[in-house]
Amino acid sequence: MSRLSAPAPGPAPVFAALGDPTRLSLLVKLSDGGRRSIAKLSADTRLTRQAVTKHLHVLEGAGLVSSAKVGRESQFAYRPEPLAQARSYLDAISAQWDDALCRLQAFVED
Amino acid sequence: MTDRIEKTIELRAPVERVWRALTNAAEFGQWFRVKLEGPFVPGEITRGRITYPGYEHLTWEATTVKMETQRLFSFTWHPYAIDPAVDYAQEPPTLVEFRLEPTATGTKLTLSESGFDALPDHRRDEALRMNDGGWAEQMVNIQAHVEA
Repeated sequence: MSRLSAPAPGPAPVFAALGDPTRLSLLVKLSDGGRRSIAKLSADTRLTRQAVTKHLHVLEGAGLVSSAKVGRESQFAYRPEPLAQARSYLDAISAQWDDALCRLQAFVED
Repeated sequence: MTDRIEKTIELRAPVERVWRALTNAAEFGQWFRVKLEGPFVPGEITRGRITYPGYEHLTWEATTVKMETQRLFSFTWHPYAIDPAVDYAQEPPTLVEFRLEPTATGTKLTLSESGFDALPDHRRDEALRMNDGGWAEQMVNIQAHVEA
């Protein structure tokens, strides 16, 4: 196996952004496709609005959410593309390992 | 939390045979499809030329981390280092680990690759392609990946 035909480029910022339970739970809330304000996203958590805002900005930096001003408040929505991209990157690496392990199997079982 | 790929395969060959196929540079090169210039030595870099058809212009490079005889072989490298113009040495590598366990019929081999969350931002600057539908499912999958 070698690193062959590149899929989408590296998923590091996406994985780094996902590597936090609070951010994952915010994304899960937004994953129904609806837009929500910071107030709404903070409502049933123990987090302050400032903390939620900080986490939303990390997610936004990784492209996982988008924000839009509605009146005086910002509303946040989930963006699926970076996850799809990160997933296809891992899938490709995973498939290459499958391939390599198959060759190893043939090699040692001969 | 680090993202991780893990695979397990049962091999009908004794542990010492699998160990040799993994850690002897000539044998590794045969199944992995790379012609290595030197042996694997912990702490040292091993380089070679990829022999996979169509990719012979690429250099293969890994730094051996651990060689615990017939138990663990690990190295770090740069995933998707497929652009000869890019100096991947500046980027944090991922860790590849091969763990071996004897079984009644041969060897259980567990392969893992981890550290994808440490790759830098500029590796993802290519335009994103729209993926309509199925994203809720993808999210569950990626969650399983990152929580594994």
